[in-house]
Amino acid sequence: MSDYQLMKGNYALAEAAIRANCEGYFAYPITPQSEVGEYMSIHMRKKGRVFLQAESEVAAINMLYGAAGAGFKVMTSSSSPGISLMTEGISYIAGAELPCVIVNVNRGGPGLGTIQPSQGDYFQATKGGGHGDYRLIVLAPSSVQEIADLTYLAFDLAWKYRNPSMILMDGALGQMMEKVKFNPYTEPERDISWATRGKTPDRDTNFITSLWIKPEEMEQVNLRLQAKYREIEENEVRYDAYNIEDAELILVAYGLSARIATKSMQLLRKKGYKVGLIKPITLWPYPYKILSELASNDRVKGFFVTELNSGQMVEDVKLGVNGKKEVGFYGRMGGMIYSPEEIVENILPFCEKIGIKGD
Amino acid sequence: MGINVSTENMEKVFERTEGLKKVKTHYCPGCGHGVVHRLTMETVMELGIQDKTIGIAPVGCSVFAYYYMNVDMQQAAHGRACAVATGIKRMLPNHYVFTYQGDGDLAAIGTAETIHACSRGENITIIFINNAIYGMTGGQMAPTTIEGQKTSTSPEGRDYSMDGMPINMSEIVALLPGTVYVERLAVNNPGRVRKTKKAIMKAFKAQELKKGTSFIEVVSNCNTNWKMTPVEANKWIDDVLLKQYPLGVFKDETGIK
Ligand SMILES: Cc1ncc(C[n+]2csc(CCOP(=O)(O)OP(=O)(O)O)c2C)c(N)n1
Repeated sequence: MSDYQLMKGNYALAEAAIRANCEGYFAYPITPQSEVGEYMSIHMRKKGRVFLQAESEVAAINMLYGAAGAGFKVMTSSSSPGISLMTEGISYIAGAELPCVIVNVNRGGPGLGTIQPSQGDYFQATKGGGHGDYRLIVLAPSSVQEIADLTYLAFDLAWKYRNPSMILMDGALGQMMEKVKFNPYTEPERDISWATRGKTPDRDTNFITSLWIKPEEMEQVNLRLQAKYREIEENEVRYDAYNIEDAELILVAYGLSARIATKSMQLLRKKGYKVGLIKPITLWPYPYKILSELASNDRVKGFFVTELNSGQMVEDVKLGVNGKKEVGFYGRMGGMIYSPEEIVENILPFCEKIGIKGD
Repeated sequence: MGINVSTENMEKVFERTEGLKKVKTHYCPGCGHGVVHRLTMETVMELGIQDKTIGIAPVGCSVFAYYYMNVDMQQAAHGRACAVATGIKRMLPNHYVFTYQGDGDLAAIGTAETIHACSRGENITIIFINNAIYGMTGGQMAPTTIEGQKTSTSPEGRDYSMDGMPINMSEIVALLPGTVYVERLAVNNPGRVRKTKKAIMKAFKAQELKKGTSFIEVVSNCNTNWKMTPVEANKWIDDVLLKQYPLGVFKDETGIK
């Protein structure tokens, strides 16, 4: 039997979480990720692990906080409006430095929005969402295989840094079926000496809190958090690069958009345009460095960002490019998906503007 | 005239419980929080479950409970203590988990979490301090504030026609099949303090039975924000507050004597 199976993205995510030894799952149903909870309801309790459908996303994220604080490997999943409800809890989890995995299968908004795929939650995921100076590790898969692989990684990074990590994908990735192979998972060593499992005589009480009432203490906590974030930025940036060796134009896209942009790149190459693609896998920490290097390269004339939103990640691309080259953008919103040809159509005038020619 | 008192043959009837840390508290003199802290932690020590107990501190005056209580604790976002407790208890079903919450926390912002934890019959102990006011933020109206009671956001006294009526949480949660033990008590005189201790003890013991949620409501005072002396405040509980919040057992299916 082949190692590969045909699986829906949402199921692959749930299966990968189980294989990554997720011990507890707490969530509230919302389209387009309800299959994650359904899969977990079947398989978690069978394995003697915890599955609980909460009464709301507010409760779910706080159950996660409690369970993570007790030193367990835990996950929740939701979609845009549900994630908005969770942001208070996410800020607390980040403030208390608890490891956990939060999945956002993004849909079109704002408000209740549509249930169709969108990337409108990029700002919310990467720039905070909740209050205070905190960061989530944000991973963006672009295929069912990557969903499985990045789920393992999300748990490992969360525990390595005692920081919540988020898997940010869109409804289409959750719903599409593709072949996937679950690689063997190796459980890293986990320190839970800080967790609330009951005070033993050999130590003082452990407490989980994000409250430091004295400003001097609160500042120290913030400085420690920021130092941790710098360390993550140093060590955990991940991206894929295609055809950048001779590229004059660099496309930048993540997740589902990156798949479409890959096809657009091929179409443009056929027309003789030297086009490459950078696909960020970590949306935070962001791959600024490669963009900055490419921007400093005389051969590269411009960057073009495609996203299923009004232009959110384009701000990060501009930070990386730092004014050195032109940055173009094309996006659609509300659950509408562009075709590769549509992107090409919108890129050609940009190529003309920055002086790139095809055959 | 000198009196020589020898302590040699005296019986020790009261001492600091190891359940509380040796630190000064920030509570106002006369406030009931300290009393209930002590009762809770005496219970933990008498049951010998310090190594298996996890407490949840709320947002409110008792937000720092983890500085005083000598057990592992988690501080929860405003109102979310019952959800946090649920997360812990589900992962650690043989540990003892309790929340310690004020009326703003439990009966306003956290109503949903409270009701649903009770309706699921989470095997936890909820200790609910009802002082009919928001203490920490400076004495604003609480869901439990009674008619005519002056607070900083009901300066003319709570007007039911405009501000709504109080929520009697014990009566409500006793109706839910998930609760196994619900009692309302007070700590405004020594007899009631002793009764409250017994109730907390029963509520913790109920966790061994794994039959549901126990809910201990303690009518307490906030003499500072009520703008009374501690003595006046304790008297006002008797004369006025308990009329809205009658003491008693609303449900007891524990079978514990
Ligand atoms: C989300 C949120 N909203 C509001 C507050 C402000 N706040 C802090 S304590 C409190 C009221 C607490 O009152 P109660 O629960 O009755 O406890 P007490 O202080 O009386 O013991 C409020 C409104 C907060 N911290 N978080």
